[in-house]
Amino acid sequence: MTIVYEDRGDEAADDVPVNRIRFTINGQKKIAEVEPRLLLSHLIRRGLGLTGTHMGCDTTNCGACTVLVDGQPVKSCTMLAVQADGHAIETVEGLSGQSELHPLQEGFKQEHGLQCGFCTPGMMMAAKSLLAENPDPSEEDVRWALSGNLCRCTGYQNIVKSVLWAADKLKESAQ
Amino acid sequence: MYPSRFRYEAPRSIAEAISLLREGGDEAKVLAGGQSLVPLMKLRFASPALIVDINNLPGLSYHQEDADGTIRIGALCRHVDLERSVLLKTKQPVMAAAAPLIADPIVRNRGTLVGSLCHADPQGDWASVVTALGGSVIASGPGGRRSIPIADFVTGPFENALAPDEIAIEAVIPPPKGTLTGGYLKLERRIGDFATVGVAAAVETSGDTVTRAGIALTGVGGSTISATEAGQALIGKPLTAESIAQAADLAAAAARPRTDHRGSAEYKRHMVRTFVVRILSRANGHPAGAGGVVGGVTPGQSANGEANTTAEGTA
Repeated sequence: MTIVYEDRGDEAADDVPVNRIRFTINGQKKIAEVEPRLLLSHLIRRGLGLTGTHMGCDTTNCGACTVLVDGQPVKSCTMLAVQADGHAIETVEGLSGQSELHPLQEGFKQEHGLQCGFCTPGMMMAAKSLLAENPDPSEEDVRWALSGNLCRCTGYQNIVKSVLWAADKLKESAQ
Repeated sequence: MYPSRFRYEAPRSIAEAISLLREGGDEAKVLAGGQSLVPLMKLRFASPALIVDINNLPGLSYHQEDADGTIRIGALCRHVDLERSVLLKTKQPVMAAAAPLIADPIVRNRGTLVGSLCHADPQGDWASVVTALGGSVIASGPGGRRSIPIADFVTGPFENALAPDEIAIEAVIPPPKGTLTGGYLKLERRIGDFATVGVAAAVETSGDTVTRAGIALTGVGGSTISATEAGQALIGKPLTAESIAQAADLAAAAARPRTDHRGSAEYKRHMVRTFVVRILSRANGHPAGAGGVVGGVTPGQSANGEANTTAEGTA
């Protein structure tokens, strides 16, 4: 895995700080060398080539870049990659199995929970964390949990329905 | 966006962190939740040469109550811990009201109360809450620990009283001497936006008489505003519609709002007044208007005012 750094021209290559980190991404163990100023979103998209995590606003507002760090949703544009050391990262690519969609993905399909799809990976990861903590959420619980994720297409109605659909599906399969 | 280049250290002890900060001097910055610092670094408003990440320091994620009722919040206690805290819901209605209104749920997973105080953003919610409650910050440095009252800790917009080699390790909220009531209300255009206006109010009563009152304002001046005269006006008498109206007028007079894209100065001042009336009327058992997060507790008893989580002005 190679990440190319900008050369300011005023430093020896050896003087550029680089840290070696060890982490898991969607269950796979990885070791990476990162410059500390690399953001987690950059490591995921460029270093690991997992482009399902989207960069929307890049200013901690929109939540499109949301991933799970040790199961908790985090805006990956607002965490340094070097801080992933020792932690487990999950992205939208980790949701589905070899051939089956995750109930959240199925729910977004069934309930038409996306239009342009840009915010969808962040919505799904935030929703995954909600359903892990609260398998039987109310509509208000879903709206509250997704209030850090912005969508400019849907008006949210179908996104909320999609998450509730997934909650029902997960409850069925747990029985 | 990338921050400018910096060296990164993640010490395992406070002593190690302090010696790194000493080495870095003015060019070093402490990283806790990072939800304000990382955006500032990406925008190049901050370009520290050394980042000292304190997330690996053990034993700082607590929030707890001492035997005398003092509440202590460690430097790595996240907003989400405070939002879900049973301790705050039963003992500290002002903090319990504010916790769910900080930023958005995802930011609350990483951001910290102590970090928010250090960041000293005039639009930061916690600085107002801690000001209204008369709290303080414990700093740890090479010479040991010192306690800094919040009024002295926040020295200006984005400025705090820490020396370059000190770490804020804890926020301290003193115990109420009587029955504590109050709350926090915030007007925001949408969840996660900066506060258009925020008001924290804490009132302690003994019998019917108010013995202490703190009112502090968010987003209506160059830094967190302590509406001291408004608080003083409540002391020594029962909470009545008249005393509440007087305090609300004084709080509105203490505000220094500016007209901007979030609203006119006049509108913001009006909202300060409205929020003071709303919080204190609820505290007095007379609900005024809908919405808001207020509650009241008596030391040693459970909450008698159940907090609801409807933020004013949010969908």
